[in-house]
Amino acid sequence: MSAIIFRRLLQAIPVLFIVVTLTFLLVRSAPGNPFSTEKKIPPEIMEELEKQYDLHGTIWHQYGQYMAKVARGNLGISTQYRNRTVNEIIAQTLPVSMTLGSLAFCMAMAIGITVGGWAAVRHNQAGDRMLMILALLGISVPSFVLAPIMVLIFAIWLQVLPVAGWGSPDQIILPAICLSIPFAAAIARLTRGSLLEVLKLDFVRTARAKGLSEDAVLFRHALKVAILPIIGFSGPAAAGILTGSIVIETLFDIPGIGPFFVNSAENADPFMTSGVVLVFSSFLILFNLVADILYYVVDRRVKLE
Amino acid sequence: MGVSGTRSYRRAIPVVWVAGIATLFLAFFYFLGGWSLSSEADLTLCNGDEPQTLDPAIITGQLEGRIALALFEGLTTRNAQGDIIPGMAESWTRSPDGLTYTFKIRADAKWSNGDPLTAQDFLNSWERALSPETASEYSYQLYYLVNGEAYGTGKLKDFSQVGVKAPDDRTLVVTLWHPTAYFLELTSFQTLCPVHLPTVKKYGKDWTKPGKMVSNGPYVLKEWRLNDYILLEANPYYWRPVPIHRIKVLPTNNPTACFNLFYSHKTDLIMDKGSIPAELVQSIKDKPYFHSEPFGGTAFMRFNVKRKPFDDVRVRKALAMALDKEDIVTKITRAGEKAADTLVPPGNAGYTSPQGLPYNVAEARQLLAEAGYPDGKGFPTVDLLYAKRGTSDNAAAEIQALWKRDLGITSIRLRGQEWKVYLNSMEEIDFDLCLSAWVGDYSDPQTFLDMFVTDGGNNDTGWSDPTYDQMLETSENTADPAKRMQIMHDMEKILVEDEVPIVPIDFLVGVSLYEPGKLGGFEPNFVDDHRWGEFYIPKGNP
Repeated sequence: MSAIIFRRLLQAIPVLFIVVTLTFLLVRSAPGNPFSTEKKIPPEIMEELEKQYDLHGTIWHQYGQYMAKVARGNLGISTQYRNRTVNEIIAQTLPVSMTLGSLAFCMAMAIGITVGGWAAVRHNQAGDRMLMILALLGISVPSFVLAPIMVLIFAIWLQVLPVAGWGSPDQIILPAICLSIPFAAAIARLTRGSLLEVLKLDFVRTARAKGLSEDAVLFRHALKVAILPIIGFSGPAAAGILTGSIVIETLFDIPGIGPFFVNSAENADPFMTSGVVLVFSSFLILFNLVADILYYVVDRRVKLE
Repeated sequence: MGVSGTRSYRRAIPVVWVAGIATLFLAFFYFLGGWSLSSEADLTLCNGDEPQTLDPAIITGQLEGRIALALFEGLTTRNAQGDIIPGMAESWTRSPDGLTYTFKIRADAKWSNGDPLTAQDFLNSWERALSPETASEYSYQLYYLVNGEAYGTGKLKDFSQVGVKAPDDRTLVVTLWHPTAYFLELTSFQTLCPVHLPTVKKYGKDWTKPGKMVSNGPYVLKEWRLNDYILLEANPYYWRPVPIHRIKVLPTNNPTACFNLFYSHKTDLIMDKGSIPAELVQSIKDKPYFHSEPFGGTAFMRFNVKRKPFDDVRVRKALAMALDKEDIVTKITRAGEKAADTLVPPGNAGYTSPQGLPYNVAEARQLLAEAGYPDGKGFPTVDLLYAKRGTSDNAAAEIQALWKRDLGITSIRLRGQEWKVYLNSMEEIDFDLCLSAWVGDYSDPQTFLDMFVTDGGNNDTGWSDPTYDQMLETSENTADPAKRMQIMHDMEKILVEDEVPIVPIDFLVGVSLYEPGKLGGFEPNFVDDHRWGEFYIPKGNP
């Protein structure tokens, strides 16, 4: 298995290479100059800036300079934050997003699987219907609506939680809940659907016929199979949730990496944009791999390719 | 199938497991530094966004400038009212021709590490700011010095030929090209602040980090966590005591989050209109914590005079006269802005603007008909360019509707762009109409009027008038203030009454939120430049 993992990681290198290439070239060929401000910059200064950032000459020359740096693990200096390297910005903000994201991810899994399973065994009863309506709401209400409502209720009216900020344990609660709800809702619906399918299968009937307790049927047999689509879903979901959400991090004023995904592109900052895209794609590849391995662990019929 | 599962799901395995894993994760990231306890301060304020840099020579933005001016101090500084007062220089003299300034540096001027601050520090810092290698976008603030521009653009290599000398530790002699009336305002600006060169040399681009930075202003940089907060602490070596010991600066850029923080007393001061939800302004306008003050900035529209139909001055005048600015300030901007018929905002000492073109629909329709577009018929399709920020979406749509209402023009297309893309389009004059704004660098009409000199870097209209250029040059060389103001009055008349390459829309206001009983020293001032060293907490408050 380790050989397969190694091979998959090797395959990631060309993928990341293509992603970074496309990002850098797109940012550089899109309109907008990273150094322009409201006031016109003397051409000599502009030239010097472009020289210092290796952003002069043809786009292929710029690209070559950049890739040479990336190969050495140097993602360049942000054109927007002129005293900071992209590595430094990622190192400071990514752990914040991952702290929040891992908590939200765990909550989403716990709530989602519990609710989904609970609803599945009560198929078509009132409780099931209500929970599924709630789940549908959770999926469809965007976080920029959900978050302000939660702030209004818990921080402004009830005053039990802070409105925003980062640094104390109570400041992580509201954003983690808001971040986890859409994922929890999706997982709940997925679990329920999958479990309902599985409970109809022959091996479940066999298990029941053997006289196994309902617990044993559910946990030892049905859930083990029903969990497969959830594993498939959570790979990319984990990548998304751990690399931060621009909406949640902006609304709660959290110093994570999320806002950089949008701000760096808006500011035509080629190095920062490529940097965050690199981070996100690495996470995506990594968690897809983890999901595949989990597939294999849970269901030995699956072959790791 | 009757599954009696109520019982069976009691052993909710995921919950226990997941709680355990979550705790582990949290502990792990806590040690990684993803989570840190933040420090307490005597005053917390929302500054609008994360500063791009704190290097005073490199800063271009207002929010960075505010922090830099708490950390650094130039030869002059400002009091709470915005007036120029002595800073690192305790006094100065000006030669009768207005070309030479001699500054006397304070005997007790010191850096925050205790080093004495000398005239040589200023000279070296100005050399650094001007040097092409520093690539300072604001180095043109030093182009007023003799040979400043030549050195700044690399044509002159020898800095000793630039108009600044330090004959001894406490004397700085500056020679200018023109009798620049506002020079003492420039010396209070961050670009002309001194930096501690040994520190800059030692740490390179990392010199602005806490623990490394050495500064000379009222505060020193104590902590700086990216997108989290900046903590400033009073500088013990500053030449006068500072009332507030610790200031915490939040980079919150989301207006809702800013206002929530203020509303729940987590921040004491919000300094920008952009940090307050636009839809809330109307309902909090009469609260005691809402403050709105005019300052030296104007929103206006640029015409591309090189393109049809705006190459015709009658069309430009017609559109200018049919723009109902009262409607815009009451319906769109709504924070107390005043409709503007002139480019230069009121409040410049000794200066009166011309009348400008009044709102007059009948005359506007007449002019438009004369130009060949009666009732807007046959008016070509034109793009209205604007940056997608703040209320500009609404402003652009309102202007489109107003011209339709008053002139019958239905062929205006809105073209909103992201900030950097918008700047690019504006610079290349790739627009028909462009919503713009200008905030003066100093309190003198010149900062508005020199924009429209032929091929000026910020002209961006394609408009050119040799008479106007000639008048600008004459005014720059006129030492008599009254005469100079008269020339500038005539220049503005050309701009807003005769040639009309632009339409003034409204005079900007500075909006801030703070409880008057909790913060003092935040006085209305024309340059919207509130030095944090002037802030104090009124008596009777903890």
